[in-house]
This record gives sequence, C-alpha cells and structure tokens, in this order.
Amino acid sequence: MRIALFATCLADTLFPEAAKATVLLLERLGHEVVFPSDQTCCGQMHVNTGYQKDALPLVKRYVTVMAPYDVIVAPSGSCVGSIRHQHAMVAAKYGDASLAARAEDAAARTYELSELLIDVLKVEDVGAFYPHRVTYHPTCHSLRMTRVGDKPLRLLRQVRGLDLVELPAAEQCCGFGGTFALKNAETSTAMLADKMTNVVATGADVCTAGDASCLMHIGGGLSRLRTGVRTVHLAEILASTES
Amino acid sequence: MSSKDLILGRVRAALRDAPVAPPVPREYRPAGRPASLDVLVDRLLDYKAEVHRVRQDEIATTVAGLVDGAVIVPPGLPRAWRPAAAVPDDGLAPDRIAAAAAVLTAAAVAVAETGTIVLDAAPDQGRRIITLLPDVHFCVLRPAQVVAAVPDAVARLDPRRPLTWISGPSATSDIELNRVEGVHGPRHLHVLLLDE
Amino acid sequence: MTTFLGMPATAPRGVGNLRGEQTFPAAAHDALADSQLRRNLRHATTTIRGKSGKVIAELPDWQPLRDAGSAIKTDVLARLPELLEQLEERVTAAGGVVHWAADANEANAIVTRLVRETGSDRVIKVKSMATQEIGLNEALEEAGIAAVETDLAELIVQLGHDKPSHILVPAIHRNRAEIREIFLREMPGVDPALTDDPPVLAAAARRYLRETFLSTTVAISGANFAIADTGTLAVVESEGNGRMCLTLPDTLITVMGIEKVLPTWQDLEVFLQLLPRASTGERMNPYTTMWTGVTPGDGPQNFHLVLLDNGRSAVLSDPAGRSALHCIRCSACLNVCPVYERAGGHAYGSVYPGPIGAVLSPQLTGIADNASLPYASSLCGACFDACPVKIDIPSLLVHLRNEAPHPRGERAAMAAAARIMDRPRVYAAAQRAAKLARIAGRRGRGLPPPLSGWTAGRDLPEFPEQTFRDWWASR
Repeated sequence: MRIALFATCLADTLFPEAAKATVLLLERLGHEVVFPSDQTCCGQMHVNTGYQKDALPLVKRYVTVMAPYDVIVAPSGSCVGSIRHQHAMVAAKYGDASLAARAEDAAARTYELSELLIDVLKVEDVGAFYPHRVTYHPTCHSLRMTRVGDKPLRLLRQVRGLDLVELPAAEQCCGFGGTFALKNAETSTAMLADKMTNVVATGADVCTAGDASCLMHIGGGLSRLRTGVRTVHLAEILASTES
Repeated sequence: MSSKDLILGRVRAALRDAPVAPPVPREYRPAGRPASLDVLVDRLLDYKAEVHRVRQDEIATTVAGLVDGAVIVPPGLPRAWRPAAAVPDDGLAPDRIAAAAAVLTAAAVAVAETGTIVLDAAPDQGRRIITLLPDVHFCVLRPAQVVAAVPDAVARLDPRRPLTWISGPSATSDIELNRVEGVHGPRHLHVLLLDE
Repeated sequence: MTTFLGMPATAPRGVGNLRGEQTFPAAAHDALADSQLRRNLRHATTTIRGKSGKVIAELPDWQPLRDAGSAIKTDVLARLPELLEQLEERVTAAGGVVHWAADANEANAIVTRLVRETGSDRVIKVKSMATQEIGLNEALEEAGIAAVETDLAELIVQLGHDKPSHILVPAIHRNRAEIREIFLREMPGVDPALTDDPPVLAAAARRYLRETFLSTTVAISGANFAIADTGTLAVVESEGNGRMCLTLPDTLITVMGIEKVLPTWQDLEVFLQLLPRASTGERMNPYTTMWTGVTPGDGPQNFHLVLLDNGRSAVLSDPAGRSALHCIRCSACLNVCPVYERAGGHAYGSVYPGPIGAVLSPQLTGIADNASLPYASSLCGACFDACPVKIDIPSLLVHLRNEAPHPRGERAAMAAAARIMDRPRVYAAAQRAAKLARIAGRRGRGLPPPLSGWTAGRDLPEFPEQTFRDWWASR
C-alpha cells in the first residue's frame, strides 16, 4: 500500500527518530511510504491557543498537500485528533464550505499509527523485538479525541522480548496540554510530578506513548530528576528488530 | 417594560438563529420491566435501611418491638397496622412530631433498582412533616407497589401531589466525599415489606 | 415585535460571585503550594471517581441516557420562551407566584422584598448555586436578614468564613480534622469533646440546626429541575436539610436559572437516573422533594419562584457555546479534572469552578472578565467523557480561547509562527536556525514555536543531528 506520512512538526524538528521509525516499520511490512515535502504543521497549537484564523492556512496546506493520497499516517494521536475534530471546524468558520468538505475528506483518510496498523493494514504482530521493561502512557488525545483504545497495547503485547508493565492511573493527563504547560506552568508541573511518580513506580526502564509531545514533557521531567527512565515513541519500539 | 418581557425578549433575540432540536432519542430501558423484590431488598440494605418481611398482622408488633414511645401515624393508616402507641396526626404541632419516637406510614411506589421509596402524601402517608422530624421511619410496602426502575415510578406518580423520594436514611457525602448516614432527616429507615 | 425589548446581556459587575480577583495561574499558585489541600482534594476526588464509576457501570443504558439527557436539553434551549411561559402558567395555577429577574441585582431585590414582607429577619437556605452566583446571602445581610446555610458543606464554609470550592461539596477542600476545628471554634453550643469521626460531625450539625429549622418561617432554595407541563419543582439532596426547608416554613422562595426548565414530567425519568450517579456516585440520592405550587395543609403555604437570567441569555446567544447551559450541576467534570484536582476550586474565582466553570463563568460575565479561565485546562477531555449530558467541554474551551483577548506579544508570535509554517522552505530554515541557537547555548530561546518558552522543571530534548525532512532528503 502507498502511504503518505504526515511527520508532524514536532517529530520532524525534535524527534525525527519517531518519524523515521514510522517509515522503516511500514517499509519493513512491505508498504511504500511517501513524504510530501510541502507539509509542515497541523495547526493544533494555533487552534488550541485561540488563534483559529491563523490556523486556516495550515489547514488549507494539509488538505492540499495530502489531497493525492488515499491513506495518510501520523505518529501522533494528538495531531490526528486535531485533523479530525478541528480542521473542518476552522475551515467552515474562516474558509468556506468546500474547504470544510475537503478537510472532512482528508481527515477521514488520516490515521494514527496504531489505527493504521490494526484497522487498515490488519496487522497486530509487526515482528518487532525490544528487550526492555516498558510502560505505556495512553495520551489524552489518543485516548479521548482520536480514540485509539487499546490498539497500541495490542501492538506492544506482540513485541518479542518486551516486558509490558501497567502504568497506575494511566488515563490521567501528564500535564502537557500544549501551551497549557506554559500558561499554567505550575499546575502542569504538579500534574507531571504525579505522572512521573507513577512511571517510576512501574520499575520500567522505558515509558512509551503515541505522542512525541507528551513524551517530550514526561521525558523532560524524568531527565531533570535523573530517574534513568527513558521515553521512547511507540513507533520506535515497533520498528526495532533483533538485527 | 416588565422584566418578564425583557428576559423573554433577550431569549428570543439569543435564539435568532432559530435552532431546531432533533427528536429526543429514548433508547434507554423503558418502563415495564418486571420488578425484583430481591434487588429492592439488596439496594435498601446497601444504603443502610433495615428490611423486615412481615404479614399485615405483624406490623404493629414489629414496630412496638423496635421503639419505645409515641409512634405518629397518618390519619388514613389502616387501623390494623397501628401499634398501641400510635398517635394519629390530626394537625399535630411540629414539637410533638419531633418528640415522637417514630413514624409509621405506607408508601406510594418503590424503585427496586435504586432502593427508593416514594411517598405521595396520600391519607396513609400523611403530611410531609410527619416523616421528616421523627428519628425513626417505619414504612410499609406492598409488593405490588415495587417497580423495576425510575421510569416506572415516574409513570405511576402524580406530579400534582407533593412527592418525597427516599433512598435510605438521611446521609451526607460532605465530609471527604464518603457517604455517612444520619444528618437531619430520620436516621433510621425500616422498610416493612409485606408478605402477600 | 419583541427583538427591540432587549439584547442578551452578561451578568453585571459589582454583585455576585462569578469573578475572581486574580487570574487562574496566580490564584492556583497558592493552592499548589498547600500540600494538605492537595491531599484533601486528591482523596475526595479519587473516592468519588471510584464510587461514580461503579454505579454507572451498573446501568447497561448509561450511554442512551446521556444521549437522551443531552437531546432534552438541546430541545429546552431551542424552545426556552414557550417553556418558561408554560412553567409560569402552571406554577401560578397551582398557587405559586412567579417573578422574573433580569440579573443578580433584581433577583436579590425581589427576594429581599419577599422576605421583608413576611416580617422575618432570618431565612434558612438549601444549598443553591444560583443564589451563590448572585450573592444573595450578602444582599440579605445588608438588609438585616440572616441567611443560615443548612447544607453540611455550606455550613462548614459559612462557619469557617471560607469560600465554596466545589459545586456539590463546597467544603471539599477541608478534611475531617479541619472540619472538627471549625465546629469547635465557631459552632455555638458544640460539645467540646467532639471527635473528627464523620458521623459525630454530622450529628453535631443535626443538633445545631434543629431548633433553627423548627423556628424559621422563611426558606430559600434553588431548583434542580422545573417541569413546564406540570409546574413541578424538584430539589435533589442528601441530608434532609432540603426537606426541612421545603416542608417546615410558611414561605418558600425558590431561585432558579431559566435554563433549568424541562419540558415534561416524563423527562425526569432521564435526569433522576443521570444526576445521582454522576454526582455523588449513588444509585439515588437519599432525598428528592417535588412540589407543585402550594398544597393546602402540607408544606409552605406561600410559594415564590424567581426565574433568573443573569447572563444566561448571553450564553444562549452563542450557537457554538450555548450547550454549556445543558449543565445540571452534577460536578462530575470537577471530580475527573486533573487541573481541578491540583489547583482546587478557589483558583477559578467563581462559584462555578472546574471545567464547566472555566466555560460557564466567562460566558456569563463576558470573556474579558474571566479571560484566563478557558486556558485553565490541558484539554485532556476527561470532563467530556464524564459529563452526563455530554457537554463537549474541551471544544467549548477551544471556542472561548478563540474569543478571548490575547496578549499582544503572543498574538505576534502566533502570527509569525503561522506564516513560517505556511512556507516550507522558511520553515526548514527556521528548524536549522533553532538548532544552531540551541547549540549556542541560548536555552529555550530562539526556538520556533511550539518550543519557545519551555519552562523550568523539565529538560529540553537534545536537538537531533538532522531533522526528519533532512534525513528523508538524504535517503
């Protein structure tokens, strides 16, 4: 299958390993990955901070750049959530009905990585090998916006060598929330502290998730406290093999 | 301009986009399922009510065996149910009611799924005040009055009557959000479920 | 024609309790430093989440009930004028008197006048968000009328000279030991041997209020529901203080937001299943009282219903925001909110805290007066899933952020970021420049949004050797 990658601005800039892993994983599974180079950002930061009008060109850009592709994947439940639940709204409010319709259409072709693997490619065992103790944080937008359910866990359970340990209070927000972490930094830090306590309590050496943003937040905290626990994107674990 | 006209004018202006509400989907379980007495008893006990299975001729002795002192009864309560200490409410003063040991009434409806008893101020239940001030409430329930769930109770009740829905004794969740029984209403609720 | 009669208006300033003195981040600062408060909140919200989850799981039709509840509320708002007129007609026919209050000032004046007409200088009160919202107690006090709160949590707040911090349990921020101290200090005639055992504390409140209940001739309540087609009012409670207020006095005055009306008696079958399970986590709350006008010989013989706008028409006028008026004040959204759990209710500055408060308070006052509240959320979405009437709170927050006044610097940065992100070559150049800036040691500065301004408490990730798009190009 030919799959267009929406890398997301964050993975592109700061966490390229997550995007690279997505490419290598899908290629290993026998699919062709393309990266439309005119892509940039889904615009979620603008929408969620109150700048919907500024997000309009980014919505338009996504819709236009992705128009030729039947299947689009993003290694981020949050960006996919924004594309699905916000793009058409912004397009209708500041653009026009036809852009809104095209945004709906593009959103329907866009999948978060675990959705693509399980719902579209019908694969649960991706042949990965990852000999680590891992705990999974189901990010809020993966869980309650994109609603990936237990798909990431189903994928992780098939990874050879991986010791999956349950994260206490897993469904609680890590406190990132985009610009929330800046505007309400103290509350965000308090939420992060509880999330880190729970991560460390699992005894895992790796905390994984489907969103680089939350991992950046959790990982930044874990690193500051020198806990020794690393954050690794789900795509990187699924892309790992014995060789 | 009256405030009524002002408010309704504002509301009409607020609705100038003329929203049309879609029909209400009522896909939830409707009234009409059979009621289970076992469920009712389980739910009553769970909320710290006490349940007694009695025959009609055992009501008076059951009540008399559990409290000492005056037992307020509504004027329409069947004579056969009344214990010796029964004091019929003929417009008793609040002090008198508050000083009584207990109150004994019938009920209008009971909801099995929630463990709820509803009083509708019929002659065998009386004024609302009599079931409020005494510390012990005995409530006689006929099996035919037990319905499965809330929709059945709503369908049976007459909204023009004053209604009191009672689920267990008085309680509060105001201290650390844990339920604690016994605040202003009766601290003891005895349900006398008739064997018929 | 009616449109000239008035445009929707927000709640007036200078009265009531909808506006805080500080922004949310500033107000949250103190709460976050109070470890006892955080323990109390965590304990209480964890308890209620567990209870509520359990009784909701017992109902196989919870989701259909939510769908019905949401749809009924949508219908109510669409037909609000006719339903209010019908309610007035039915209440009047049943012996009640209906008053219309455009805002907090008018509602306070009406209630004060009604109390004065009874000759009483004291009223007993059932917990009511509407009367808190309008600052009724303060208004009555100014008129020389004592308002006695009878709900246990309200009593704790009133005796502690404190402010409510939760819709359902206004004293949620207090634990049993603190409540004992307040009672020992402030409750006349309290047993000095009082322990902090919750049943003992509840019994102390029972003794303290009993005489007041029996000797006060006027009560003031809110309403959970009002049924348009029957004129029936309903108050849902736990302790029996509601029954006392709604049954014993000669005069009952009920203050109700205009959005609380329900079309039909049958609609109660939905809300009486939704509210207790979402709210206190009970299959049914201990007591619910329903009354229709006046019943001769039983209960208050004078009944007044005050219908309150106070900004609700302004909320209604925003098609994208009006669903906030679906709220049935269950507080489920507070109990699941990670921000509320850390910052506490006082940080919101309004009687409506938590996620719904972050929406409703700025809507009622106008966004300029509560501009920081829509940002007091990580948009985690737990509130939406918990809401028994399916209010999409995260989307409402995003909507209000779009309406909020923005700081000039932020506005410029956001516009610049959008311009860069709409030009892939410039964007790629910015990525490389940011990396250089970081390597040069300008920690946290010079990064392209969304990374600029990353604060203390977390390390920034190392900049990678290569962006993804450079890697892709080099393949």
